[in-house]
Amino acid sequence: MLLAIDWAFVIEKLVLILVVVMASLGIAMYTTFAERKVAAILQDRRGPNRAGPFGLLQPLADGLKLFFKEEIIPNFSSKFLFILGPSMAMLTAIMTSAVVPWGDTVHFFDRDISLQIANVDVGILYVFGVVSLGVYGIMIGSWASNNKFSLMGGLRAASQIISYELAMGISLIALIMVTGNLDLKEIVLQQQKGHWNFLYQPLGFLIFLICAFAECNRTPFDLPEAENELIGGYHTEYSSMKLGFYLFSEYINMFISSVIMSTLFFGGYDMPFVNEANYSPNVAAVIGIAALMAKVIGFIFLFMWVRWTIPRFRYDQLMNLGWKILIPLALINMLATGGVLLFLNK
Amino acid sequence: MQALTNRVKQVDRKPMSFVERMYLPAIFKGMFITFSHIFKKKPTINYPEKKRPFSPVFRGLHILNRDAEGRENCTACGLCAVACPAEAITMEAAERKPGEENLYREEKYAAKYEINMLRCIFCGLCEEACPKDAIYLSETFAPSDYQRKQFIYSKEELLIPHPLKEPEAYQKALGNRAKIKN
Repeated sequence: MLLAIDWAFVIEKLVLILVVVMASLGIAMYTTFAERKVAAILQDRRGPNRAGPFGLLQPLADGLKLFFKEEIIPNFSSKFLFILGPSMAMLTAIMTSAVVPWGDTVHFFDRDISLQIANVDVGILYVFGVVSLGVYGIMIGSWASNNKFSLMGGLRAASQIISYELAMGISLIALIMVTGNLDLKEIVLQQQKGHWNFLYQPLGFLIFLICAFAECNRTPFDLPEAENELIGGYHTEYSSMKLGFYLFSEYINMFISSVIMSTLFFGGYDMPFVNEANYSPNVAAVIGIAALMAKVIGFIFLFMWVRWTIPRFRYDQLMNLGWKILIPLALINMLATGGVLLFLNK
Repeated sequence: MQALTNRVKQVDRKPMSFVERMYLPAIFKGMFITFSHIFKKKPTINYPEKKRPFSPVFRGLHILNRDAEGRENCTACGLCAVACPAEAITMEAAERKPGEENLYREEKYAAKYEINMLRCIFCGLCEEACPKDAIYLSETFAPSDYQRKQFIYSKEELLIPHPLKEPEAYQKALGNRAKIKN
């Protein structure tokens, strides 16, 4: 019975999962460092430069500090949900990475190993499902801490993510109309052969980008944690590593949404002007991963750059932008795309 | 209304045009401005590794001076203590014994000389009051400490190193200020 299972396949996937999770955690860790450094440079400061060379050990010091902080669980909170909140935020943040094609196949030990943990043919739908679960972590945590500021933060997060998910979904429908399928790997292969989807869907990309900012609770849409209105927003009552989980999940979300945007609109692991077929599969895979990471770093820098440029929206402005501008715009984009496709097919 | 300065900006309350309501041009403009700051020079000085030069007239910690042969200049006349607006200086005088001529320049000297650096306001009036050129303010400031009593500097801490026995330390402690004065 045991022999029926392809053990090499199981081991291969387990290693891949381990590498991807560890890599996302590591990248998220250094994104916190990059955030502080970018903030400093954009504001003519120097940023952290004391821990290690160029301050490179700063994220370790920050993590260590969070571990050693006193862990406070408020008396009137519901304890189970209070712990469930940050765990769910972290879990859903990491789960999204399962369907992302990180590169083409590599060839090791006489096996072709696909650099994608799960090749789901409805990859985009899976991403959407998991991302919309992410808000539960925030909602549960904010409700469980039994604090009005936390609750306000949670309410804001929920309504914001629901409003922006609609526009995001509609902008994606236009993209799916162009590509013709929901499989992330297939979408990348199409872009590798033809042009990047960004050229077909510039407006769709813009809407998706704005919504991604909102989904990650990043400035200018960081109302759920608006420090100067809500103390800390949904994580007001959190301390120690539970707070660390919330902060960390935000950075992982940022990383994952950068990956998704690169995959959907900027060719994923496709290196422009390079024909991957000319190289051996392993070299091509390394080139592909490097290309994807370069795009991701670009997007992460964009996230930070915008954060230190644009001030936070007021709540009614946020809702106005979401419901009265982005959703109609996304609908028009969808209709226009459909019309053009229909015209071209005739 | 008459403006007080030429920096007044009139607020434009016209309704926004379509381009302005798109916000994106303004956002790109703002992002260009923040991006340009990447290349600007940073005014921060990395403090412990690099120190900002003080002005030549900076008034820091006091130094009790010696003459070229290494004898203490101070005669414990008390003029500095009288001049001191913060009453930070106390001293006790003593008479020079035979055989101590190489230690003290004149017949009277300060057996005890203390400055409370927590009281001192570093005004430099002691330096101006001194007729013997025995006290002057250097270019360093008092280092931090955990206890108040550590800030009462005794004569041993204030005295300049011996010019003949430790010439290098003496030159270093002398600093630019004393050189400018002489």
